[in-house]
Amino acid sequence: MLEQSWELNGSVAIRPEPFGALLYDFTTRRLTFLKDPRLVAVVEGLRDAPTVGDALTAAGVAEGERPGFDAALRRLAEQRMITRRTA
Amino acid sequence: MTLAPERPATTPATGTRLVDHFEHGLDAPICLTWELTYACNLACVHCLSSSGRRDPDELTTQECFDLIDEFEAMKVFYVNIGGGEPTVRPDFWEIVDYAVAHHVGVKFSTNGFRITPEKAARLAATDYVDVQVSLDGATAEVNDPIRGAGTYDAALRALANLRDAGMTDTKLSVVCTRENIPQLDRFKEIADEYGATLRLTRLRPAGRGADVWQDLHPLPEQQRELYDWLVAHGDGVLTGDSFFHLAAYGDALPGLNLCGAGRVVCLVDPVGEVYACPFAIHDRFKAGSVRDAGFAAVWRDAPLFADLRSPQTGGACTRCSAYDACRGGCMAAKFFTGLPLDGPDPECVKGNAADALAAVEAGTRPSPSQDHSHRGTVRNAPVPVSIGRRPPASPCDESPVGSSRDVPALP
Repeated sequence: MLEQSWELNGSVAIRPEPFGALLYDFTTRRLTFLKDPRLVAVVEGLRDAPTVGDALTAAGVAEGERPGFDAALRRLAEQRMITRRTA
Repeated sequence: MTLAPERPATTPATGTRLVDHFEHGLDAPICLTWELTYACNLACVHCLSSSGRRDPDELTTQECFDLIDEFEAMKVFYVNIGGGEPTVRPDFWEIVDYAVAHHVGVKFSTNGFRITPEKAARLAATDYVDVQVSLDGATAEVNDPIRGAGTYDAALRALANLRDAGMTDTKLSVVCTRENIPQLDRFKEIADEYGATLRLTRLRPAGRGADVWQDLHPLPEQQRELYDWLVAHGDGVLTGDSFFHLAAYGDALPGLNLCGAGRVVCLVDPVGEVYACPFAIHDRFKAGSVRDAGFAAVWRDAPLFADLRSPQTGGACTRCSAYDACRGGCMAAKFFTGLPLDGPDPECVKGNAADALAAVEAGTRPSPSQDHSHRGTVRNAPVPVSIGRRPPASPCDESPVGSSRDVPALP
């Protein structure tokens, strides 16, 4: 996943919260919570980063923390909060 | 409850459980109930908002639009619209369309009388609108004494119209009572038959519900039955996080298991007053009005909400092994039964509220701050109870308080 290009699903909105953010999918009406402000920065940065790995770097995620962020992003992918960027 | 002067400066560290974050309050509600009108064509005995007659001071259409604009700006992604019966407002459909066009999804509650085939087709064609039909008995014999003559048939007719129009995922909303707990499986069958999702919620002693709560709240063994049934059905049944007081039985039920009042939840009433939760329409829980500085200002700055977002004391409950599970239960249920807010829920499954409930003296329960109940006759009035309610074998079967309080008769 880290080498791929992803982006926020077009039907998902981000609402900032003191603990991070909540994501809401207008299509599935599902809510998801991001409890780490850096994860919010990663998700917001996906669209403009060549790869997911680049988005992690831009958000200041250290090498040793990548597995945790990778797992969190995979969960968001399963929920279709983020999707593969094709263009 | 501790009334602290201001929101604490400390925020939970990263990695804290989500519910701990929620206890400090969100920047905007995620579950907002908006009662559009106090007007209702029915007179349900347990109405939370004591609805019936329209209030002459209800928000105008333009004020409703302005409020929706504010919700959109705050990213309140959806609202639960209720009443009263919201569809009796002549501008109801206009308000729904405006909300949807402004990225505020709508789920509205209805008794179904006005969900004609035409309206059902319109709903099925509108994305982002959910319908919740109320039914409080799986048979007319159980339902109509609570909701009114003909209301069982009306609800099923609405469900059929919605299904036939191709509406998916309609909610069938049931308030759990002593009379309908034995019908849980039947409710599920009805929901399945109409392609609907069953939603069970708790009977709250708010509004007119305060008058019938003693007679209708589930008996202790029924609470256990309900809990086991909910655990068995898991995510397949919605509860609106209604039953977190039952978490004291053991495993938490799906949902937040948290009182969200003023933290993630609030209510806007028909005249624009903001309350901490839909079950607490009382001056004690009034945070402000959207007519003053707007909804956002109330949500962010109301002293009442700051209090609710500050650390709460569990009082006597903190000595109980189940406190982490049930968090002391429902604030509104305690308040309207005359119990202290920092003690056990009146339906505490450990029985810890029995003594306190018994000690509440007759006539000392908080009286309602508003009442829009019909004063005259109502065409679909609740039918007199004729379902052969047997007298309880002992007062303790009826309530942990026994016969020490006056029990009002059902109308």
